[in-house]
Amino acid sequence: MSKKQHYTITVNGKEEEFLAEPRELLIYTLRERLNITGPHIGCETSHCGACTVTIDGKSVKACTMFVAQADGKGITTIEGIGGPDDLHPLQNAFKEHHGLQCGYCTPGMITRATKLLEENPNPTEEEIRFGMAGNICRCTGYQNIVKSIQAAAAEMSAAKEAAE
Amino acid sequence: MIPAAFEYYRPKDMAGVLSILEEHGDDARVMAGGHSLIPMMKLRMADVPHLIDLQDVGGMSDIAVTADSIRIGAMVTQHDIIDHDGLASAAPILREAALQIADPQVRYMGTVGGNVANGDPGNDMPGLMQCLDAAFTVVGAEGERDIPARDFYEAAYMTAREDEEVLTAVMIPAPQGGYAYEKQKRKIGDYATAAAAVQIVKDGGSCVSASIAMTNLSDTPIYSEDAGAALVGTSVDDAAIKAAIAAMLGDIDPTEDNRGPVAFKKHVAGVILRRAIERAWSRA
Repeated sequence: MSKKQHYTITVNGKEEEFLAEPRELLIYTLRERLNITGPHIGCETSHCGACTVTIDGKSVKACTMFVAQADGKGITTIEGIGGPDDLHPLQNAFKEHHGLQCGYCTPGMITRATKLLEENPNPTEEEIRFGMAGNICRCTGYQNIVKSIQAAAAEMSAAKEAAE
Repeated sequence: MIPAAFEYYRPKDMAGVLSILEEHGDDARVMAGGHSLIPMMKLRMADVPHLIDLQDVGGMSDIAVTADSIRIGAMVTQHDIIDHDGLASAAPILREAALQIADPQVRYMGTVGGNVANGDPGNDMPGLMQCLDAAFTVVGAEGERDIPARDFYEAAYMTAREDEEVLTAVMIPAPQGGYAYEKQKRKIGDYATAAAAVQIVKDGGSCVSASIAMTNLSDTPIYSEDAGAALVGTSVDDAAIKAAIAAMLGDIDPTEDNRGPVAFKKHVAGVILRRAIERAWSRA
């Protein structure tokens, strides 16, 4: 049994310090230790993407990272992307275009999609499907997820142009 | 899914890594992106009392492309491979293969070094590196040595790397001619039912050299020298492709699993190799 270690991670801009065993999976740290329950546990085997968070500019499945690996890093979860009073364009688009049904996969979907649009602000349908392939949805058949991301991409591009 | 407890180390340099490996022997394992090792630890199929995280060890994240060769640091991720412009023109087969590995999230974490060092017959990079005649640089207490990819794999998860050595880089002679990495898988994120890496050099309408390696069709990747030889001197017509496939089928040794029975895997191996040869030839 290894001893608990002291870790510091910054989640959505807030520094968190705590003691944990190195083997604790990051998704449990977020959900059960820090009460950040946006990232979900779907398969817990790095297939479904429900636990997706952003770490150092990478979309990462938080079920496949030990808390020890995340020590000292900055993490963004769905809670840091937008809230009920200031929805991110992706959140708004998922709402408007029925990009979700049960909603279980949605935090992971949107978190992944923020990174996808950051790397490729105007993706084709094929690029969206390929870029979202690490996230599984069992309700929508994906069609409306693709539409939502296309709509958000268009809105974000228009907003960026307007700002320039 | 909770792995067994372990001691975690994040050394700042290779000397620190090697001293932990020397102290703990095969009770210690190095980890790059962790996307092969962590799932195995969660399933308790891998027991790692001392886990050495390589993320803070510098000097292993570079891609260097010269006219003659390519050097890829062990910590370069599949995402880095896909994203690298110089590599896409110098060795486009690497990008074509990396795009078929796992899914976007896994490709941000999964590394070239981990993929080739792990020894999992399902990994795509080992067969690819055999096709390209790459060499792996490993470092240990005695210093560095290079091991040809074609001599590296001994059995599933058994390689020519010693327990106290760390794989630090992959060296690839600049690939020539047409290329293809063709992979049959059941879904995104799956390992190959069969995959083929092919490089072909064409001169005056005939094949002057061909290199062929297969993935997940034996307990190691299979470099099929005879399959490549079957194409040399031909115009890569149907008869030559059939001969190459027959030679390849003589070299692989698939086993039945949830991807299908042996006869099916051999069938798929033939289909995939034909597609790969035809595509590589069309690009040669």
